[in-house]
Amino acid sequence: METYTFLRAFADSWMLLALFAFFIGVIVWVMRPGATKSYDSVSRIPFRHENAPAPDRRPASEED
Amino acid sequence: MLNYIKLIALGLVTFFALVAMNYARDLAYLVNALTIALVAIGMFIWVLRNTDEPADTRDYSNEYMDGVIRAGVIATALWGVVGFLVGTFIAFQLAFPALNFDWSQGYLNFGRLRPLHTSAVIFAFGGNALIATSFYVVQRTSAARLWGGNLAWFVFWGFQLVIVLAATGYLLGATQGKEYAEPEWYVDWWLTIVWVAYLAVFVGTLVKRKEPHIYVANWFYLSFIITVAMLHIVNNLSVPVSIWGSKSVQLFSGVQDAMTQWWYGHNAVGFFLTAGFLAMMYYFVPKQAGRPVYSYKLSIIHFWALIFLYIWAGPHHLHYTALPDWASTLGMVFSVILWMPSWGGMINGLMTLSGAWDKLRTDPVIRMMVISLGFYGMSTFEGPMMSIRAVNSLSHYTDWTIGHVHSGALGWNGMITFGCLYFLVPKLWNKERLYSLSLVSWHFWLATIGIILYAASMWVTGIMEGLMWREVDANGFLVNSFADTVSAKLPMYVVRGLGGVMFLSGAIIMCYNLYMTVRRSPAIQADNSAVPAE
Repeated sequence: METYTFLRAFADSWMLLALFAFFIGVIVWVMRPGATKSYDSVSRIPFRHENAPAPDRRPASEED
Repeated sequence: MLNYIKLIALGLVTFFALVAMNYARDLAYLVNALTIALVAIGMFIWVLRNTDEPADTRDYSNEYMDGVIRAGVIATALWGVVGFLVGTFIAFQLAFPALNFDWSQGYLNFGRLRPLHTSAVIFAFGGNALIATSFYVVQRTSAARLWGGNLAWFVFWGFQLVIVLAATGYLLGATQGKEYAEPEWYVDWWLTIVWVAYLAVFVGTLVKRKEPHIYVANWFYLSFIITVAMLHIVNNLSVPVSIWGSKSVQLFSGVQDAMTQWWYGHNAVGFFLTAGFLAMMYYFVPKQAGRPVYSYKLSIIHFWALIFLYIWAGPHHLHYTALPDWASTLGMVFSVILWMPSWGGMINGLMTLSGAWDKLRTDPVIRMMVISLGFYGMSTFEGPMMSIRAVNSLSHYTDWTIGHVHSGALGWNGMITFGCLYFLVPKLWNKERLYSLSLVSWHFWLATIGIILYAASMWVTGIMEGLMWREVDANGFLVNSFADTVSAKLPMYVVRGLGGVMFLSGAIIMCYNLYMTVRRSPAIQADNSAVPAE
């Protein structure tokens, strides 16, 4: 029962705070300056490398 | 050398499976042991015939591994038809109990077929769709071939074995009695092994990715794989009664067991049927629309909000039970908040089409994806509403719940999967286009009208029976007996069955269309040296 009481108290306080802070942190991180530009490129990932993996050793050829 | 070890291992598996068959304490266990023995013998012969043959030393690292995805696409379509067929049949069994034939009592009656239907559509149809599309998406968005070589094939065939063992077990009476977690202990153990292999293939591919960023679809797939592993293990903690029998005893009991079960059950919805399928949305909707996702920022917030909230929503399945009030309030509150990320994701998917809405007129595949998002939005509004305790007191135990589940499962999971299959088949078989777009339109309308018939009839019958159950006369006596509600529901049950027939016909048309695409559609002319084939 001690374990339960401890875990319950911990979950209601510090863990809740930590998870909430993490979540707010994600939102702040997403809104960071310069994010729009980098996400613009990232959101086009599905339109690259459709037919074959990126080459390994050869100098970077143009992406299809 | 490796082949000799494999042969010894397969020989041992066969031996132990046959011993298990000999000592089997129940029929389901016997048939499952026989199945394992047959599979092991078949693999033994296959390995033996390939032993000491020249090894394939070609370098495949500059190609994607698409063979296993093709197999997954075929399995998805076929298991889908099986699952829909069983579902339609049991819908008519409810309307016309005579369909629980005397000669098949104990095997093909409603109670035995119902878990077969749910597992077939969720795990066989949905699971194969998730595995196939995740292998497709993780390779394309990582620009890397699948990690682990034939491990991906192990995942595919291992998962099919889980399905076959579970399905035959259900018909012969092996069940833990936990909804969506019916398979008994040895199937659970085997699924754990397969799932760890799946996680290894997926994470291995992510680790060797050439794109610096992990695309958002992969985040959703990864959360689906990890969470399902966690849910599966915790909800299946059980001790087998005998190693020679299928029966096992759960570790938890009473309300703890119920809470664990619905923590599992609701997150099977949240992470299997939602997170995994949202991953499909985040790749295939942009691909089919030909434009990037509406807001990548929103997709990240969507991801974290969804996984942070979903995990707490389970207790809403246990309102007015022995579960403490605080727990059921917690589940209710989180379910209502969950509405927001769900609609955020839906808006993100729909708005991806902004500037390309004209495609709705010309492209039936994108129409399918859009209506799946529409149903997603509708059922993620209906769900939070039903999780409110006061609403739940009316809706719980009625057909409204079944209608809700099906508008989500047929509308959201089914339609987005059909859209993905229509996208994938021409790509994977190197075809210019689908065999027939008008057949896609037929599928679209049959499925849509089928779902509407299903959901509408279940709303009517669900609310009707909920009201009939609670109706009391002036002296405080209940007005209706249970049988009164059953007979009042007959017309709705027939309509629901017809909806199922329409949905099933659409799926059969899809199978024909996909088959003809592979057989008849013109191949893409190779116009450069990079030929995408395995």
